[in-house]
Amino acid sequence: MTKLTIRAAVAALALLLAGAAQADRVAISALPAYHAECAACHMAYPPGMLPAASWQRLMGNLPKHFGSDASVDAATLKQLSEHLAANAGTFKKVARDPSPPPEDRISRAPWFVREHDEVDPAVWKRKAVGSASNCVACHVNAAQGSFSEREIRIPK
Amino acid sequence: MPHTPLSRSTTRRGLAAAALALAATAAHTATPAELLAGYTTQAGSPAQAARGQAFFSTTHGRAWSCASCHGATPTQAGKHAGTGKPIQPLAPAFNPERFSDPAKVEKWFRRNCNDVAGRECTAGEKADVLAWLTTLKP
Repeated sequence: MTKLTIRAAVAALALLLAGAAQADRVAISALPAYHAECAACHMAYPPGMLPAASWQRLMGNLPKHFGSDASVDAATLKQLSEHLAANAGTFKKVARDPSPPPEDRISRAPWFVREHDEVDPAVWKRKAVGSASNCVACHVNAAQGSFSEREIRIPK
Repeated sequence: MPHTPLSRSTTRRGLAAAALALAATAAHTATPAELLAGYTTQAGSPAQAARGQAFFSTTHGRAWSCASCHGATPTQAGKHAGTGKPIQPLAPAFNPERFSDPAKVEKWFRRNCNDVAGRECTAGEKADVLAWLTTLKP
């Protein structure tokens, strides 16, 4: 390989990596009520990671939210619903296929399952992980909307 | 832009004002003792810390007890039994934010009693649990 080809290959790789890093960044919610109400029990999932139809169903059923009572007052519910409707489905992989995942779970979306297919089932059961809803267990900067491969630390 | 001593003190004053404004809007409108007194009056009989600890530690016909998420002795952080998310200490002596906002206290009693017992808690149960939590001291 000539020097020039190597340089071109390096440049191409850098571009590719930059693109990949961009794809791993997801917009996080800027609504304080979303963090106060939802992130008490789980990470404030990026609103763009579910399509509007899923958020609408979830907000319509907060007293029975995946087995927990997550009810909020009417004014807060309206605020959360509008915020989620406005920001739903903006994540690239959801925009590409905005069909609601089974049970409206981010973790059941085909893109999510594909991205995690190399993770050993035993890893999910580790005490420090617990369930697929605990993004931060491995994606250390998930709360900041960063899911890049380089920022994964799988706990022992 | 380099900070001159003047701009730094201006920043500090701005921050102090912002902190004050925040403190004014934050709803710190009750102490744990006041809330306990309120629930006790509502219940019509004295609260019992030992009964509160028992309620907290045992299940009530469902999978989770209070301790499932808050820990058996909630002087330290707990962990949400479903999601693994850390939960800050519940005992007010270890976390001054706890039992300081009546609306928030009511909201969480409503949600969590529904998860643990499948119903709202009685004023007596709330008084008992709060009585126990306030006995936990550093």
